[in-house]
Amino acid sequence: MKFSTFCAAAAVAVVSIAATAVVAQQDPIAARKALMKESGQATAAVVKMTKGETPFDLATAQASFKTYQNIASRMPALFPENSKSGGETTAAPAIWEKMDDFKARFTKFDADAKAAEASVKDLDSLKEAVANVSRNCGGCHEAYRVKKS
Amino acid sequence: MARKLTVSILVLGIIVAAALWFLTKSRSNEHMESTPPDHKVDLANGKTMFDIGGCVSCHTDSKEDRTRLGGGVALASPFGTFYTPNISPDPDDGIGRWTPAQFVTAMRGGISPEGEHLYPSFPYTSYRRMTAGDLLDMFAYIKTLPPVKGKARDHDLPFPFNIRAVLGGWKLLFLNGGQYTPAASRDAQWNRGAYLVNGPGHCAECHSPRNALGGILDRQRFAGGPSPEGQGWVPNITQQGLASWSAGDIAEFLKSGMTPEFDSAGGSMTAVIRNTAQLSDADRTAMAAYIKSLPAVAGPLRPAKK
Repeated sequence: MKFSTFCAAAAVAVVSIAATAVVAQQDPIAARKALMKESGQATAAVVKMTKGETPFDLATAQASFKTYQNIASRMPALFPENSKSGGETTAAPAIWEKMDDFKARFTKFDADAKAAEASVKDLDSLKEAVANVSRNCGGCHEAYRVKKS
Repeated sequence: MARKLTVSILVLGIIVAAALWFLTKSRSNEHMESTPPDHKVDLANGKTMFDIGGCVSCHTDSKEDRTRLGGGVALASPFGTFYTPNISPDPDDGIGRWTPAQFVTAMRGGISPEGEHLYPSFPYTSYRRMTAGDLLDMFAYIKTLPPVKGKARDHDLPFPFNIRAVLGGWKLLFLNGGQYTPAASRDAQWNRGAYLVNGPGHCAECHSPRNALGGILDRQRFAGGPSPEGQGWVPNITQQGLASWSAGDIAEFLKSGMTPEFDSAGGSMTAVIRNTAQLSDADRTAMAAYIKSLPAVAGPLRPAKK
């Protein structure tokens, strides 16, 4: 890689991280949605493997669990008081009534995703890991998401 | 003259009230007619009916323990808050002293062993489509679960909904149909699915819009609508809403709660998935085949976006 290419890539990376941070501050609802979408993509990658639709690939599986950890660490900051409504949010009012529990769930999601990343070796261990981690999705959506369509 | 009129109205009112009372008073023996007296209990089938029936979702607070049916769960509704009763086999606080006939009567007619009308938050409107054999198996299975002590608190309902006699009128209007009759033009799988969805599964109870009196709008059955719990919107599960889902997608969702977009079920559906996850693949596939066959019906319009 040429040095200039590296600089350009680095600059793009820095700008995009900064942009995400700014977006998160200005529009936490949009930032939440983007992270949820990312989470869905990470899930698609591992679930397709567990269903045999795509071949097992360790690096891809680990990347999905890394994505979960990244999301789990960024999510809790995206629910300020002024983001309870608007932007077609599906966030339930219960989030702000039980913020401690809500945040604790992300801590657990993060830990489970870390454990999953470390445990996955082959298709069988992936199936177990996916089952363990994805329980966090339903558990949180049950208590804290209200679908509007 | 005015006095005469008042008396006439009063008399007329008393006659109407008496007629209504007679028409709507709960009769506890009318639902046993088709019950086979020599039914041989099948506990495995009883558990299947218990799982698809979703008993656990309302009659216990626990997300893990599917055996302790102590009730006490608050159910919000437009008519007030219901507190689910103890249906564990405890003889004093649960249904341990109920006879099979009393259980069938409650499940089909919404009538307690004391002869009281039960509120339709308990979905006997759907359960009444079940066969007597399945109901008796379900009852036998519930009786194998541990007794739980403690009665739930009373429902918190404003007048006039706190008068159970009012339910007699409600039943005249909205309690209809009987045991599911298989459609001759459809195969066994579709009929099994239709039975599970409309009977024990009681899917239409949440996935249909209701009128001001809480009756399901039959023409928009399964077309979704505002959540009866007060927040959010229940999805349309006719082909209007699920056109992009294959029958396989629906069966997978009932098993794992995962949508074709790799989202996971939320809200009350999460508890439903815990129930349908217990079923056999064959039963989930049957439900999916039936749901996939529901013609597209437009549901009520969502309120404007904020």
